[in-house]
Amino acid sequence: MSKKIRNNPLGISMDRRMFLKSAAAGIAAASALPVSAADAFDINAFLQKHFREMTEDEIKKVIGRLEKEASLEWKKDVRISAAKATPGVKFGYGLDLSRCIGCRKCVYACVSENNQSRNPQVHWISVLKFKKGEKWIDLENSEKYYNPKEVPEKDSFYMPVQCQQCEDSPCVKACPTQATWKEPDGIVVIDYNWCIGCRYCMAACPYGARRFNWSKPNVPANELNTETHYLGNRPRYKGVVEKCTFCIQRTRAGKYPACVEVCPVGARKFGNLLDPKSEIRYLIENKRVFRLKEDLNTNPKFYYFFAT
Amino acid sequence: MNRGSKFIFGIMTVGIFFMLSLAVGAAVIEKAEEKKDDIPKFFVPKPPPSGSFPCSKCHTYRAIDKKKRKLELSHTGITLKHAEEQRWCYDCHEGDKLKLQNGQLIDFDKSYLLCGQCHGTIFRDWKAGIHGKRTGLWEGEKVYLLCVSCHDPHQPKYKPIEPKEPPMKPADIKLKK
Ligand code: HEC
Ligand code: HEC
Ligand code: HEC
Ligand code: HEC
Repeated sequence: MSKKIRNNPLGISMDRRMFLKSAAAGIAAASALPVSAADAFDINAFLQKHFREMTEDEIKKVIGRLEKEASLEWKKDVRISAAKATPGVKFGYGLDLSRCIGCRKCVYACVSENNQSRNPQVHWISVLKFKKGEKWIDLENSEKYYNPKEVPEKDSFYMPVQCQQCEDSPCVKACPTQATWKEPDGIVVIDYNWCIGCRYCMAACPYGARRFNWSKPNVPANELNTETHYLGNRPRYKGVVEKCTFCIQRTRAGKYPACVEVCPVGARKFGNLLDPKSEIRYLIENKRVFRLKEDLNTNPKFYYFFAT
Repeated sequence: MNRGSKFIFGIMTVGIFFMLSLAVGAAVIEKAEEKKDDIPKFFVPKPPPSGSFPCSKCHTYRAIDKKKRKLELSHTGITLKHAEEQRWCYDCHEGDKLKLQNGQLIDFDKSYLLCGQCHGTIFRDWKAGIHGKRTGLWEGEKVYLLCVSCHDPHQPKYKPIEPKEPPMKPADIKLKK
């Protein structure tokens, strides 16, 4: 991994941290700000390095500060993990279109696991409905707001769409601050402390998988999931982009993503692509699989398949 | 022998009986043998308790009646809609046990063996975690749902359910100031 994470935006030959440090020190000195007591403007937050440039020690400090902030704000003990990718693991996901019944349980399990804003509403998973027999891969012809008494409906099938965790992610390329990148286990993550909210990534994503926080995420404190990951479901800020991370807080702890666990028909599969004995490899080898918009060469690690 | 291989061993023993009756059975066993180490430990939850257990509670006092009919004195909720032309209750039940085609009796918590006799491909997929559902650890211990957790063995077609509410349309989303 390259150490030089981004070029100095001003073209000054000084590394960013040095630059900011002196600039901030200058501001602080000029306005005689009591830096240590300033909670509205936290100099440490301002000086926070890029996540991938931080040493273990620095990460620990940042996590400590963020945990404290979040716990104060939510009046709950919020834990933020920084668990790293396990070597030899690349995550892959499978979704069985011949089983999905469009019940949307995954959508809401995701919301509560990952602390998405309730109102304004943020959903990381969209379930699209198609008429059987229509030219369906054409996503524009799908229905997102279907609301019958019971599912599945006759002559329909359903396709949930979420972040496809592309190997060659257009969103990563589009980000001007390198606030989003692909981790060694293949999960595309966002550092909410580095995201500047320009939403270039959203424009670049061919799957419409990224969401923007137009306001401060609104989550009832009693529903907040306090088991979080720095790169995943920790409480977000106004003006940052977020998306599915394969439940990084769960999957890096060995568990299945929340959507896999909740699916009543067992349409959702998850595992290690590098492990020939995993269920994801079994389905890729034994079932008809395809990936969404394969022609764009984004190389998703999200496999749709038909078990029958 | 760990639990996983014990399970496989179990399947294979049962499987040997299948082979005599079913060509499909043979394919399953071959696959199972190849994949000996692949199948993780099984922790299949017990079927939900029901007022019907144990069957012998009542059936010791009843003569077996093999006539196909609508049941009215008991089990009124059970109507067979599962290849019902070809068979009836006693093709799967005997006493307090389930009965395989070769006559072998198995416990209710091994009902997947019963289903696996006729649904070989799905059974294989189920063991690999593709059909049905597993929870737990993606690279460790997993809990499998039984076939009968999702399919009523008597009317196995998956029942429709109520969907959760649709997402808000963008126009309906209000920003709180
Ligand atoms: C509460 C008492 C009771 C229990 C417990 C019970 N049964 Fe029955 N069962 C009956 C009665 C009564 C009938 C006769 C129904 C009729 O003829 O309409 C019956 C009928 C049947 C029949 C139809 C064939 C026949 O011999 O009449 C089958 C098969 C059967 N039971 C299986 C079971 C199984 C398997 C269990 C255990 C899972 C079970 N029963 C538990 C009371 C019971
Ligand atoms: C395809 C095989 C099959 C056939 C045919 C079958 N059963 Fe069953 N039955 C099962 C299995 C498997 C279970 C266990 C379900 C569980 O574990 O939840 C079961 C459970 C039961 C139970 C206990 C649970 C309950 O619903 O009360 C009763 C009673 C029962 N069967 C009666 C009958 C009767 C009566 C018939 C005939 C009308 C019949 N079964 C036909 C496979 C079969
Ligand atoms: C003796 C063979 C046999 C056994 C044992 C058996 N099935 Fe079936 N099953 C069939 C046949 C034949 C069909 C197709 C005809 C039908 O749907 O009635 C079928 C159909 C089904 C279907 C599709 C139903 C639909 O309408 O879409 C399901 C689901 C199913 N079985 C589940 C099970 C489960 C679960 C078990 C174990 C409790 C089981 N089967 C045991 C023979 C069997
Ligand atoms: C997590 C729930 C779940 C479990 C566990 C499960 N199934 Fe299914 N099964 C489904 C759903 C959903 C369908 C598709 C809906 C339908 O067609 O009824 C299905 C379809 C089927 C069918 C119809 C044929 C097909 O491919 O669509 C058969 C047969 C079947 N299952 C057998 C089994 C057997 C045998 C087991 C156990 C080895 C099992 N199922 C376990 C959910 C489950």
